[in-house]
Amino acid sequence: MEFLGITLPSYGWPTIAGSAISGVFLGSIYALVALGLTLIYGVLHIINFAHGALLMLAMYAVYFLWSTFGIDPYLAMLIVVPGGFFFGYGLQRFVIGKASHGRDEIILLVTLGVSIVIENAALFFFSATERSVRVPYDLDGIDLGVTWAVYPELAALGGSFLITLALWVFMSRTDTGKAIRAVAKERQGAQLMGINVEHIFAVTFGIGVACVAAAASLLVPTYAVHPQIGSLFVLIAFTVVVLGGMGSFVGALVGGFLIGITEQLGRLYLGESLGVITISVIFILVLLFRPTGLFGAKS
Amino acid sequence: MTKNIQNKSRRDFIKTAGATTALTAAGVLGAPLVARAAGSVKIGIVHPVTGWAQYSGSQARFGAQTALDEINAAGGIKSMGGAMLEAMLGDAQSKPEIGAAEVEKFNEGGASAIVGAYASNICLATTQAAAKHGIPHVVDVGVSDKIVSRGLENTFRFGPGFGAVTKAGVENFLAINAAAGSPTKTVAIVNEETTGFGAGIAGIMTKGLAPAGIEVVEVLSHPTPNKDFRNIALKLKEIDPDVLIPSHYYNEGVLFLRTLQRQKVQPKAIYSVLGGASSQFRFVSEFPDAAQLVMDCNHWFDPSNAAALALQAKTNAAGLHFNYEVFLAYTAMMFTVDAIERAGSGDRAAIMEAMANSTWEGSIMPYGATKMDNGQNTGARPLVTQVIGDDIKVVAPADYASAAPIFPRP
Repeated sequence: MEFLGITLPSYGWPTIAGSAISGVFLGSIYALVALGLTLIYGVLHIINFAHGALLMLAMYAVYFLWSTFGIDPYLAMLIVVPGGFFFGYGLQRFVIGKASHGRDEIILLVTLGVSIVIENAALFFFSATERSVRVPYDLDGIDLGVTWAVYPELAALGGSFLITLALWVFMSRTDTGKAIRAVAKERQGAQLMGINVEHIFAVTFGIGVACVAAAASLLVPTYAVHPQIGSLFVLIAFTVVVLGGMGSFVGALVGGFLIGITEQLGRLYLGESLGVITISVIFILVLLFRPTGLFGAKS
Repeated sequence: MTKNIQNKSRRDFIKTAGATTALTAAGVLGAPLVARAAGSVKIGIVHPVTGWAQYSGSQARFGAQTALDEINAAGGIKSMGGAMLEAMLGDAQSKPEIGAAEVEKFNEGGASAIVGAYASNICLATTQAAAKHGIPHVVDVGVSDKIVSRGLENTFRFGPGFGAVTKAGVENFLAINAAAGSPTKTVAIVNEETTGFGAGIAGIMTKGLAPAGIEVVEVLSHPTPNKDFRNIALKLKEIDPDVLIPSHYYNEGVLFLRTLQRQKVQPKAIYSVLGGASSQFRFVSEFPDAAQLVMDCNHWFDPSNAAALALQAKTNAAGLHFNYEVFLAYTAMMFTVDAIERAGSGDRAAIMEAMANSTWEGSIMPYGATKMDNGQNTGARPLVTQVIGDDIKVVAPADYASAAPIFPRP
């Protein structure tokens, strides 16, 4: 088979199907990281460069809860998710918000600074050594015929759906969710209606970090933790957010799957290094035909 | 009168200020030179202690720093009246251009020699930057054959390069395979392609294995860092080779071997050539099942050497892992210090000459006397290890073997 003059390798259907399924699992991980980001970046338009560093920090929290107290990474979610919310709330309310004075270009620099501080602090306190969690169900799973789906992958997939659903319900059915949307659409108007904008910003940021903390719990059984782990996912997460449509949770989920499947099939046919360009190709194509992203609302 | 006094004062001031400035400048600029001649020799130690290679870079830094500390504790450079070694630490941030920038700092700081810089692509940049200033640079880990084939007179590598390791890997594999009744007919190679250390593995393997009737059926390259190996595992399932030959860095090695385990890919053997995780104690302790019976043709210390075992104990006591980064960087520093000792000065050219003519034998590696050919120690050679139980045993060549190879896997 040839494509653009390149002779592509031929594989049997089990390999192709297995690759596509592995793309779904990889996509669920992208979606997990992107869900918190779409709230912060997509709804509040804060370009949060610290997102990857916060993911890393949450992964360390999960790791230490496991290594120190023997708490299973999934159970650790009960601790790290509220912890992430309060940390994110405080970070936005007392650091990012105070330092940026609401100016976008300063927010960008402040979040970049926060990311540098967190990454270097992690390097100082935790060292560069990678840390892995060993769970008894690590190798158990379901034989899908063309590939094995181990429980940590299935948990990440299920988690991405549940978090999407929870965020959607929260944003559309609760007063706080409505307040967040109001602030995102018309900040001054929301303020005039009695909404505490600073508080809502901090709550939104806190929820975004709580999502990242949930993602961390789901990632730790598969990925080793180290100070640079966040950077492996965060750039693609930004792509997923824009591709799916700014602020759309369903868009983040579908975008994650689309990117994951595209990347895996691209890697299968074009090789592990070159195949990654398919992410950019699909990204440009989608934006050419749908500038607001797959599920983005027209402004 | 006042004018005269003022004029005189002005002249005096200018004279005094000029003299003071000159003395201060002499003091500031001259002091390090004097100090260097009398009491210390600066050595630049550059590794990626942040970025994707941070774990291995930190390990390597520990090895180099430990050697330097041991020399200082033993009285410094004897031929220089006990001059102390002074470490100048640099972080390449896992990027070649940053590594080169660190070399510029070493040059400005007056480094007499440089040891580093772990990854091949970083070593290529740092050695080239050091060549510009005539600073002798000893490569500790970087195995790309390009490092010592560019005609740079300042560049030395004490350990074996990629070509030599791969050739030794082929020879040892053929011997192990033949001893087991030649069960291998096909192999697949999985190698990293970002830093270029594994470039050429397919060619050497194909040429070396073909006479024994073994075919290289697939070469699967991947970038570094790489976050997913499922596609490669799927391809390997379809190809179903008898033996897998991985060649990559630690993180990718761990993820790859764990993915094989998760996807139930079970070849007759996994025989790494410079496998990042395959002969690492840390991997064995964290994932004993995934590591079990994995073989690796890699840098390995002489298991009968007392100094090597002492370094192992020191590394473990520091909470680190006694991996190849540690003992290669340690040895590179010891080789550098031996050259400084024989040069009898911190002069870069004299050290370079001493390195080129080195016949040093005090290494903890199984190399014998040093013989440099275009900067490459031709006596350097790898060993083949295998994870057996919770230990890593040397299984080939026979003169260093501490256990018989288990091949193919039961």
